[in-house]
Formats: sequence, C-alpha cells, structure tokens
Amino acid sequence: MATTDTAPPSADGTPTSPADGRPSVLVVDDRPRALSTRTLDDSASLVGSALGALALVWLVYSQILGWDGVLGFLILWYLAMLGLYAGVTALANPRTVVIDRLAMAWVYAGAIVVGFALATTLVYTLWQGVEALRHWNFYRHDMAGVGPIDPLTQGGVLHAMVGSFIEVGIAVVIALPLGIGTAVYITEVPGRGGRWVRTVVEAMTALPDILAGLFIYVTLIIGLGVQRSGFAAAMALTVMMTPIIARSAEVQLRVVPGGLREAGLALGASQWRTVRNVVLPTAKAGLATALILGVARAVGETAPVLITSGASTFLNANPFQNPMNSLPLFILFAVRSGQPIDIARGFGAAAILLVLVLVLFVMTRFLARDRVGKR
Amino acid sequence: MTPGETVVVSTSTLDDLLAPPEPRRGGARLEAVNVSAWFGSNKVLERVSLPMLPGVVTALIGPSGCGKSTFLRTLNRMHESVASAKFAGEVRLNGNDIYQPGHRITQTRRSIGMVFQKPNPFPAMTIGDNVTAGLKLNGSRVSRGERADLIERCLTRAGLWSEVKDRLGEPGQALSGGQQQRLCIARSLAVDPAVLLMDEPCSALDPGSTNRIEETIRELKDDVTIVIVTHNMQQAARVSQQCAFFLATQGTPGIIVEAGDTEQIFNDPKDSRTSDYVNGRFG
Amino acid sequence: MTLAPALAPTPAVEPDDDQPRDIDPGLSPADRLFQHSARAIGLTVLAIFGSIGIFLGYQAIPTFRHYGWSFFTENEWQPQLDKLGISAVILGTVEVALIAIVVSFPLALLTALFISEYSPARLKSGLVSLVDLMAAVPSIVYGLWAFFLLQPRAIYVSRWLNQHLGFLPIFKVDADPNAAAWQQSSYTSSAFIAGLAVSMMTIPLAAAVMRSVFAQAPLGEREAAFALGATRWGMIRSVVIPFSQGGIIGGSMLALGRALGETIAVLLIISPAFDLKIRMLEVGTITTSSLIAGLFGDATSAQLSALLTAGFVLFCMTLAVNTFAAVFVNRSRSGTATEI
Repeated sequence: MATTDTAPPSADGTPTSPADGRPSVLVVDDRPRALSTRTLDDSASLVGSALGALALVWLVYSQILGWDGVLGFLILWYLAMLGLYAGVTALANPRTVVIDRLAMAWVYAGAIVVGFALATTLVYTLWQGVEALRHWNFYRHDMAGVGPIDPLTQGGVLHAMVGSFIEVGIAVVIALPLGIGTAVYITEVPGRGGRWVRTVVEAMTALPDILAGLFIYVTLIIGLGVQRSGFAAAMALTVMMTPIIARSAEVQLRVVPGGLREAGLALGASQWRTVRNVVLPTAKAGLATALILGVARAVGETAPVLITSGASTFLNANPFQNPMNSLPLFILFAVRSGQPIDIARGFGAAAILLVLVLVLFVMTRFLARDRVGKR
Repeated sequence: MTPGETVVVSTSTLDDLLAPPEPRRGGARLEAVNVSAWFGSNKVLERVSLPMLPGVVTALIGPSGCGKSTFLRTLNRMHESVASAKFAGEVRLNGNDIYQPGHRITQTRRSIGMVFQKPNPFPAMTIGDNVTAGLKLNGSRVSRGERADLIERCLTRAGLWSEVKDRLGEPGQALSGGQQQRLCIARSLAVDPAVLLMDEPCSALDPGSTNRIEETIRELKDDVTIVIVTHNMQQAARVSQQCAFFLATQGTPGIIVEAGDTEQIFNDPKDSRTSDYVNGRFG
Repeated sequence: MTLAPALAPTPAVEPDDDQPRDIDPGLSPADRLFQHSARAIGLTVLAIFGSIGIFLGYQAIPTFRHYGWSFFTENEWQPQLDKLGISAVILGTVEVALIAIVVSFPLALLTALFISEYSPARLKSGLVSLVDLMAAVPSIVYGLWAFFLLQPRAIYVSRWLNQHLGFLPIFKVDADPNAAAWQQSSYTSSAFIAGLAVSMMTIPLAAAVMRSVFAQAPLGEREAAFALGATRWGMIRSVVIPFSQGGIIGGSMLALGRALGETIAVLLIISPAFDLKIRMLEVGTITTSSLIAGLFGDATSAQLSALLTAGFVLFCMTLAVNTFAAVFVNRSRSGTATEI
C-alpha cells in the first residue's frame, strides 16, 4: 500500500490537505479487486424462475392435465422455467440480455442431458453387472457344460477374456507397424504416392465394421478355407484398426513442427535418423494415445468378430483352430438368449468390458498429462 | 594499396593467398558462384556471386522478400528440400563445389551448419542431449568423458554454460527464447562446422538476448566462418566486417547490388540503391 | 587486405543460359533403405485396402446381373423365392441414421458450445476427455443400455407422439394409442428407438469435432465483439458459429456416416421387417448392417453375394458422406488444422 505522510482522508473519502500546506496525496490501496460480472439479478432470476416453474408445473401437471410420467414433468418444468426466466429478465434488461440468458439455459440443458445419458449408461451397466461379478467363478471358468439357466455360481467368462486378449493382441501386432509405417510414408517420404495412400486410408476409415468382417469371411473363410477362428477375427480387427491408427498417427506426425525436421537435417543427419531421433520421439506421446484408443476401439468391436469367429463356450487359446469367443460376442449371445440368468452374465461381461475401456482411457489421460508436465 | 581502393584479383591468386585446401584452423572459405534459384517456374535469385571469407562475419542485408534467406539456404543445400526448388551455379567450400554429384549431402551439412530464425531445440531431449544431438544424428559416438567436455565447451562458446550448467537434465524447451537460440548455436557447434549460417537469429528475441548473441558471434568468428542474414541494419553494422546488399524489385529475381566492407557499404556506398537503403529511404 | 567483390573475380564457370541443374541429393544407403521400406509399407496398405473396395464392387456384379435394377426397387427379402431387394433396407438405414442425426445434432452442438464457451477453465480438459470417453464406450454397451433401460421408457414418448402428432405420417402407428391397455409391443423395436441408441454414438463424434473447431475461433474477433458490447451469446453467434460452419457441418456428416454403418446396437433393438414404411415409431424396420449381421450365417453363396452387394451399397454411402465431410471441413475457415 502506497502511503505518504499525509493527512487522513476526510469522512467522505476526499483528500484533505495536510496542515502545513503540502499537496495531498490519496492513500492508494494496491490490492487486486474482485472482478466478477455476476450480479444478484443473475442468480436470483435463475433460482426464482426454477422454483416458480416447479410450483407451477406441479400444480398443473397431475391436477389439471392428468398426465403421468417423470419425463413429461421434467420437460414441462424446463419449458415453464424458460418462460419465467425470459419474462423476469425482460422486466429489467434489454432484449440482448434476455436472448443471452435463454441461450445459456439451452446450452446447459443440452450438456446436462448428454452428461446424464452417459452417466446412466456407465452406472446402469456396472450396476447390472454386479450380480454376476460377485462370483469368483465368473473370472476363472468358461461356459463349457453350463447352460443358460444354470445358476451364476457356475460358468464364467474366462474364455471370452482370453479370446479378446488374443484376438486384439494379434491385431495390434500387425496393425501397429502397418499403421505407423503408412503414416511415416505419408508424412516423410516426398513424392506423390503419399497422397494416393492418404486418400485410400481416409476412405477406408469409412468402412462399416460389419463389412470388414464380411470381407474376411468371404476371402479367408470361404475363399481360402480358413476356419472360423480367433485368427480370422484378428484379421477382421486388423482391417478395422489399420486405417484408424494410420490416420491418427499421420495427424500426430504432421503436428511435429517442420522447424525441428529442418534443424535435424541442418545438423547433417540423414532423413532416416531425423525421423527416428527427432520426429518420432517428439510425437511419441501422441502416437501412444492413438494406439491405446485404437486398442480400446478394437476390444469393443462386435460386428467383425461376430462373422469371423464362432462363439465357443470353452476356453480356446489356439487362434488358428476352432471358434474363439470374445467379450463383446459373449455379451451379444448371452443377452439375446432371453434367460434372466444369462442376461445377468451378459451384463457382467459388459461391466468387465467397460472397466477395461475406462482403464485404457485413463492411461491416455495419464500419458497426455505426462507430456504437458514436462514443459 | 590504400584503404578503399578497389582491387580486382583473379580467383586463382585469391585461392593461393587465402585459404589452404584443407580446412580447419579458423573456418573455411565459402564461395557462391553465379547462384540462381527457382521455386517452380518462379525465379527468385539471379546469378548471385559472393565470397565469404574465414575470420570474417559476412552479413546479407536487404528488404524482406529479396531472396536473402533463399540464398543462405542454397549454401548448405537446404534449398532443395522444398519440392519445387531448382538451382543453378556453384557453391564452393574451399574450392570444391558442394553440389557435385557424388557429394554426400549430409557431410556437407555437417561442415556448413545453420541456425534458424525461430529457435528449435528438440523437445524430446534434455539440454545436454540437445547439444550432442548432432553427433547422435550423425551416428558418431563419443565416450562419456568426452561428451561432458564437449557439452561444456560448446555451451561456453555459445555463451550459455554458466546459465545452464546445473540444469543439463531439463528438457530443451524449458529455457527462455534467447537461451533456446544459444542452445541451438551450441548444438550447431558440436558437430564442428567450418561455416555457420545464421538466418535472422535474433529477430524473434528481445534486445538483451540479441546482445548476448551478437557477443557470441564476435567470439566465434575466428574459429568459424559466419554468414548472417539480418534485416536489422544496425545489427549488420555492429557485427559484420563484410556486407552484401540484396535487392529484388517487383517481379524480378533477387540480385546482389553491392558487396564489400561493411564500413564502406554504410558510409560510402557505390550504388545509389544501396545508399537509399542504408539511409532508410526505403526498407 | 580487403576485397571488394563489387567487381567480382572472373568465375571459373561459364555463364550459360542459366538453367537449373540436375541435383543429386546423394542419399546415403540408410536413407535409401528407409524410403524404400516406408514406400513398401505404404503401397502394401494401399494395395490391401484398395483391393477391399474393388473386391466388394466385384462381388456385386453377379447380383446385379441376376436381379438387375429390381435389386434397388424390391423391398422383400425372400431368397427362397428368389425375390431380393434392398429398397426397404436402404430406407430403414437412412431412417435410423436420420433419426440419430436429428436427435444428436442439437445435443452435440449444445454440448460442444458448453465445453468450449461456458465451462470453467479448469474443467475444460476434463470435459473434453469425457466426450472422448463417451466415444470410446463400445457400441454393444450402448445397445444394452438402449434395450434394457431406454426402451421401456421411450415407448411412452412414442405413444405420446402418436397420440398428439399422429396425423403426421411418420408418427402413425398401427395401434390405438388411446386404449386403456395400450399395446406396448407396437412401439418397441422401432426405428425410433434404434435411432436413439445410435445417437449415443454419434453425439460424442460430432461434439468432439465441433468443439475443436470452436476452440480455433480467433481470439481477436472474439475480443472485437466484446469490445463492441456484445453479450456472450452475441459473440458466439457473430464470431464462433460463422467461423465454425465447416466444422459443424463436417462433424455432423461424419456422425451421419457412423450412424449409417452402426450394426450391433441396431441389431439388439430392432425386429426385422421388410416393408417400405416411414412410420418410425412403429415396431419393425431393417438396416443394411443388421441385415448382414443377421443373415450371413444361413446364407448360400448367392445370398452371400446379395449381402455383399448390399454391403457395397452401404460402403458407397458412408464413403460419399465421409468424403463430403472432409471437403467441407477443409474448405472452411478452420481448414485443415481440424482433425476429423
């Protein structure tokens, strides 16, 4: 606080002259001020309209209109609140403010609806899965010899988990180098071929997942006589994953500033060394994120594996022989059986799948934060 | 000879008098001979010739867009990394044309280093690793003891050692702009170039950092031939001994209007365009 | 000694007619290997994926030859009577996708606006991640959610629409909505419910693209709007939305492409029906991907060819939509910096 030896300010704050005639200086308070644009009017009109609308709709809803259902109530309440809010705002504010507030109400409502839908999906799946997840045999046995109406103490999804792991594992081993290699070709090798490859890769990201499965079915299974197996499913997943990984990797590589490549070249590095020691390490975190998201996507894919791998009930760790089950496929069949116990099993598997995706997802967040923290 | 008297000397005599064929104690002689450059069908440099001598800082000045940076990039063969770029003429390092077929381009770039306008330390490496990045990128190996010595030497030459000697493990981008640029200079010095090209190295920096870098340039000039592009005339006057004034009027490719001693270019230019430029009548 | 190169030394090379030189970059063996390997990978991928497209097209030929143009006009799918056509299938596919887009477009837009313009700064990156998470949830999980949780409640909405807006042909249902014990099974397994399920997958897709475009709206223009006294919505309407037009449309088209190809959620919900109808609230519809998923197991080779042809048509549709989306985004002000 800047002070000088001055006379204290007078009662109303205006500066006073010190007794000896020196010029006065205002005592200046140098602390930052609280700057907030929210007024009492903002909060009060919002809360007031919400409560008022609630009361209004309560009265009208069951008494006068005689409708039932929570959804209708909520919608009517929201609309009534908008009306009241607009009216109350219009009493003291110009039209632009009314529109601004209404827009805000709509934006918040939209986000809340979407957030609510996501929350209910997660909670519902985990909640319904608890019943099956509670039993330890769920994780350690397969469904061999267990029928759909046998109790939850029998049977499990071990075969599905192992199957998912093997199928996605094989797919990743093939799709990752193909995808990243393609991305490197597109971004680092000069020439026109890169543009053609890029066009085709982008087109292939539009391939519906069922068609990837159908393609493998017709070529490998019918055409080459390969059995319906884990391997065929892995091939279908590879077809799905490669364009997606290639495209994400290409974006990550493109974001590496050209100045870094030039610096590498100017130091006398060959292009290969520049890519290996400068471009790829710089893009490392982004590439890892792209890969993990690709894996998360592959783990949840049902349609391609539906067509290419049969749904076995027994544990099969050999991808080349015999049908192999996987988590999404298990869920599909369990849920469609119509038996409540099987449906419970299906939800259990769905909960496992969801947790797996969540874990992978948290990993990408962790990777992203790690990179930011370095700067 | 009196100072300022124009002397015409033939190339061969010059070669005898100045640089011996082998480099290295004190920079090398770089000479551009009738360099022309295109981007696609657009000609941007017209028969530019310029010797750049060891022990001497050569500044390339001129208004923006007249081809100075393009010329600089032809000197270490970075120009051709653009797909539509074309080149004619010769660039001779100690008498050998670096554009000769069979000349390894990576080798050339090791001898002729470059510092860019925007500092670009490698973000995936620490400060120490950044300095030795050139060696790693060339596949050269150094023992651990040599490596530490090299890092200290290069950072000292770049004027950065005292500021980062305790921070060598931090990421390269954790420094301020001026420090990053000095790191880039240290990185270029680590591969022991004979020539160092600098493309407006201070234009993105504050005056304090600019000062430091100009100091560094003065300290380096006896070991490394320095060619610097700058559109700050005062900097050219401070830092260089030789100057070349580039100009490109609308639609025509860039040329060197006049080249010579810095003092002479600024105080007694021969061409009226040069005198107009250095006196600020256009820019 | 000083040198005045103003009178340059005589160059040793003759000043010929100044033509560009043929420059050999002098690639090292390592570089040559690198470029060749990368090229090999790229071209392999090009070959494999190009051949998928060609293969699907090729498989379509015998079907077209056999059924001719009636393949597109016939709505029945009775292979034993040799009566096959995808008109109902395509209609159903488009119907479900359109419902998904109509529902998800406003929700995605509002969500994206919320995250980009209204949310507190410290929550922003968390919210962006939440949207990405929503996109990462497997479609079968959404299918389960829609079938078990949403459908029993959504049929009330269907009935309400039928009751009050049933004069519109799309909201008609072949059942009496006003009966005391109304027939719930007439409203289940409809295109409407399937569309709602698919929208859960398209909302995060569109919202992510839109949000990343909103984030690029230039700060200078935003500040100019505020400096003129605009409210927050005024600024959004005059700066952010015009700037983001390309991204909004592109994101929606991308979502449409996804909606057209969605298989499992639709499979779980609908009850297959091959009539050509636009009564979306009513039970029964069929989409291309659910058709293939449902029928491939029992298909003879002729039927398989027909399924492949239907798949090829679907692929052409999604390809067209995705290409359109990419063009829109690239030509917009937000340009190629946006990743879709």
